[in-house]
Amino acid sequence: MQADKLVDVGSRAASRKGRRLRAFLRNPTFLAGLSILSFFVAIALLAGWLFPTDPQDMVAQPLLWPGDDPAYLLGSDSLGRDVLAQLVYGTRASLMVGVASAAIGLAIGMVVGSAAGYFGGWIDTLLMRLVELFQTTPTFLLVIVIVAIREPSLSTIALAIGLASWPTVARLVRAQFRSLRESDFVMAARSLGYSSTRIIVQEILPNALPPVIVAASVMIANAILTEAGLSFLNMRDPNVISWGGMIGDGRDQLRSAWFLTALPGAAIAAAVLSLNLVGDGLNEILNPRSDDA
Amino acid sequence: MTALLSVRDVHTRYGVGKQVLRAVDGVSFDVERGETVGLVGESGCGKSTLGKTILRLVPSAEGEIRLDGADITHLGARAMAPHRRRMQMIFQDPFGSLNPRQTIRTVLDTALKVHGQGDRGERARRLQEIVARVGLPADALDRYPHEFSGGQRQRIGIARALVLQPALIVCDEPVSALDVSIQAQILNLLVDLKRDLGLSYLFISHDLSVVRYFADRVLVMYLGRIVESASHATLWRDPRHPYTKALFAAVPSADPTHKRAAPPIKGELTTDLSAGCRFNARCPAATERCRVEEPLLRPVGEGHHAACHFA
Amino acid sequence: MSLLAVEGLTVAFPGNIAVREASFAIAPGETLALVGESGCGKSVTAFSVMRLLAPNARVTAGRILFDGIDLLAMTPAAMREIRGKQISLIQQEPMTSLNPVLSIGAQIAEVIRRHERVTRKAARARVVELLELVRIPDAARRIDDYPHNLSGGMRQRVMIAMAVACGPKLLIADEPTTALDVTTQSQVLDLLDDLRRRLGMAVLLITHDLGVVAQWADRICVMYAGRIVEQAAIGAFFTRPMHPYSRGLLGARVDVGADEHYSLNRLSEIPGSVGSAAGEAGCAFAPRCPLVVPGCRLAVPPLIAQGERAVACPVVI
Repeated sequence: MQADKLVDVGSRAASRKGRRLRAFLRNPTFLAGLSILSFFVAIALLAGWLFPTDPQDMVAQPLLWPGDDPAYLLGSDSLGRDVLAQLVYGTRASLMVGVASAAIGLAIGMVVGSAAGYFGGWIDTLLMRLVELFQTTPTFLLVIVIVAIREPSLSTIALAIGLASWPTVARLVRAQFRSLRESDFVMAARSLGYSSTRIIVQEILPNALPPVIVAASVMIANAILTEAGLSFLNMRDPNVISWGGMIGDGRDQLRSAWFLTALPGAAIAAAVLSLNLVGDGLNEILNPRSDDA
Repeated sequence: MTALLSVRDVHTRYGVGKQVLRAVDGVSFDVERGETVGLVGESGCGKSTLGKTILRLVPSAEGEIRLDGADITHLGARAMAPHRRRMQMIFQDPFGSLNPRQTIRTVLDTALKVHGQGDRGERARRLQEIVARVGLPADALDRYPHEFSGGQRQRIGIARALVLQPALIVCDEPVSALDVSIQAQILNLLVDLKRDLGLSYLFISHDLSVVRYFADRVLVMYLGRIVESASHATLWRDPRHPYTKALFAAVPSADPTHKRAAPPIKGELTTDLSAGCRFNARCPAATERCRVEEPLLRPVGEGHHAACHFA
Repeated sequence: MSLLAVEGLTVAFPGNIAVREASFAIAPGETLALVGESGCGKSVTAFSVMRLLAPNARVTAGRILFDGIDLLAMTPAAMREIRGKQISLIQQEPMTSLNPVLSIGAQIAEVIRRHERVTRKAARARVVELLELVRIPDAARRIDDYPHNLSGGMRQRVMIAMAVACGPKLLIADEPTTALDVTTQSQVLDLLDDLRRRLGMAVLLITHDLGVVAQWADRICVMYAGRIVEQAAIGAFFTRPMHPYSRGLLGARVDVGADEHYSLNRLSEIPGSVGSAAGEAGCAFAPRCPLVVPGCRLAVPPLIAQGERAVACPVVI
C-alpha cells in the first residue's frame, strides 16, 4: 500500500517533469537558441583541450587569410596569432564576463527589488531613489568609470557591468512583488503567521522568478556586448583574449584583412542572438498560462 | 463568559493619494462560540476590509479587537502567533488563494511546521485526515493547485484554514466565485465542519440568499458602518432599515410568479460621506433630519438593532 | 418566423469541443435566457452568433439564420454591417468594455456614424437622446464624461446605449449584471426589459443566475457541457423542471424567498463536477445524475421536443 503510493507520486512528478520537458522541446525558438548557446559553452569548456598552447603565441606568418594554411583554418592576425584559437579562448572570456556580471546584477537586483516591493513604504521610497540614481547614469559610462578606477581585469569588468545592470532587475522584481504581495495566497500565508522572510523566499519569489529568468538571458547578452565595447576601447585585461579585443586589434587592417574584425563580430552576434532566442523561448514556456497544456 | 470575538468601535482607513478612505468606520459586534455571523453588504461597503482587519492582515486605525477576551489589536508578530492559530480565513478566489508552485502537502504542512506542531509522522497523519475531512481524494496531497477544479480548490482552501484547528473562521465570499451546483457542496461542507468541530464563522457575502441560509445572526453593512443587526429569523421577517428592505427587494426570486416590486432605492453606492445618514441620498424615506443628524445603531426589538431615525 | 434560428451549431477549440449541436430559436421581441455554469459553452454560442470567436475556434457544423440569412456564410464586410446595427452585444465587464481615453459621448456617436450617414451635430443630439433613454440623469452634461467618472451601473447603461443606438433587432447580453451589485442589477435589467418592449428587440440573455431568468426572461435554454439539455417557457420550467440537471440546479440554489436555514435543512447538491464525465461516451451528466440508468452511458440522448418544451433525457420523458 505504502509502496504503491510512492510509485504513484513518483510517476506523477515524473509526468509533470516530462510535460515541462516536452514543452521545452516543442519550442523551436528555444531549441535554436539553446543549440547555438550549448555550442559556445562546449567550446569555452574545451578550449584548453582544443588549443593546448597559449593563443597569444605568435605561431604563424602574419595576416594569413582563412584557408591559406590548413594548420590555421581561420588565418592569423598581424602578429601571426592563430585567429581560430583566439576565437575559442575569446568565447571563454565573453561567457565568463556575461554569466558573472549577470549573477552579480541578479543578486543585487533581487534583494533590492524584493525588499522594496514587499515592505513598501519608506524602504521602497529609499531603494527606488537609489535605483533611479543608477538608472539616470548612462550604463556604459558608469562601467567605463568603474573600470578606469580599478585596473581593467576580467573580474573588474564583470563587477562593473553587474553594478550597472542591477536596477533593471530590481524594478522587475519590485513590480512582481508588489502585485504578488496583494494576492490571496500571500494573505493566507500572513494569516497563518508566516514570517516575512518565509513569505518572501517561499511564497513570492518562486512566482516572481519566470520573468527574472528571461531577463537574465538578455542580461548575459548585454554584458557580452558591453564587454566587447570596453575591449574595443582598449579597456581590457591585456592577458585575456576576448572577442571585443580581437575586433579592436583588427581595426587597423579593416580594409586589407576585414576577416579579423568580421569573425569575432559574427561570434558576438551569434552568442547574443542565441541568448535572446533562449530568453524568448523561456518567456513562452514559463508563462504560467501554458502550464496546464 | 466572554464572546469568542469581540470587536469594539474599529476603524480602518486607507490612504488614497491625499484622500483618506474610511473603509471601516466605527464597527462593533461580537461572535459567540459556535455562532455564525453573516456580514452582508454591497461591494465597496468595507465588509472585506473588516474581515481582514479582524485577522490583523490590515492595520486598524482605532478600536479594539479581542479574541477569547485577549486584546490582539496591537500585538507584534511573535505575540500574535498563538492567536493566529485560533482564527483563520477562507478566501473568495479559489484560483488566486493557492500558491501555484506548491503542492497541497507543502501548503498544509508548512502551516504546521511554522507553528511547531507534531513530528513528521504526526503531521503527515493529520494532513491525510484533513484532506479526507474536506472531501478530497487521498492522492490530492502531492498534486498542484492547477490540477483541481474550482470547487476542489475551495476545499483545499478550507483544509488550509482548518489545519491549525482554529475556533473562528472568517469566510470572505467563499462561494461567490463558484458555480451554483458547487456552491451547495461547499456550503454543506461548511455546515458539517461547524457541527463536527464546533467552529464559529464570520461569513462575509454580498449574496443575501446565501447569508439567509447560512447565518445565525446577520449584520448589514453600508459604507463602513453596520446599519442593522438581528437574528436571521427576525431580520427576514421584519427588516427595519430602508437599506435592508431595498436589498431584499432587489434579489430576484427563482419563482416567476413572485413578481418583484422595483426596489425602493435610488442611484448607487457613493463614497460621499457628508453629514447626516450615509444612506440619505438613496433613501426613499429621507427627511431633513436624515441630512443633518447621523442615526446611531439603537435597539428596535429583542436582539435587533438598526441605525435609522425611523426604524 | 423566428428572428434567429441556430441549427446544429458545433464549435471546436483545439483539443476541446465547446458547443455541440446546439439548436434554438428566438422569436422577434422575446427574451431567451441561455443558462449554464462556467465553461458550458453559453458564451461561445453567443459569440458565434456575432461571429466574434477567438482565432483558434472553428465552427465545424451548423447554421445561424438571422432573418432567414445564414450569418456563417456571410462575407466579413457584410457581417460588420450586421454587427452593431442588427445584432449588438453587451458584455459582462463594463469597466473594460469601454475605451478609457474617449468620452462616452464620442464612443456612442462612433457607433451611430459607423452605420448611418449623419452629421456630427445630429449624432450628438442622438447620443443625448440615447443617454436619456437609458436613464442617465443630466444626460446633456454627462455626454462629455469619461468612463472613469462613472459608476459600474452607469457604465453598463452607457454600454446599453451603445448597443441600442442603431435600433438592433437582437441584443445579446452576456452576463450583463454579474459584475454589478444586487440593487444596481435590478435597475439595469428593468431598463433592459423596458427597452426591449419599446424598441421591439429580441434579447438573448446569457446568465448563470436562475433568479434573473425567472424574473426577466420569457423562455430558457439550459446548457450543460456544450449541449442544450432543456428548453422551456419560464412558467413551465420553474414549476416543473424536467432534465435532472435543471432539477439539480434549482434544488441546489438557495432562494431568498424560501424559508431555508442550515439548522433546518441541508441543501441538495449535485455531486462531482463538470469534469467528472471527461473522456466518457454517453450523456455528459450521467456521472452526476441521480436518475442514471445504464443506457445513459452508451449514447448521447438527443433533445426531444414535446410541444413547447424539449428535454435531452429519455429517463424523465
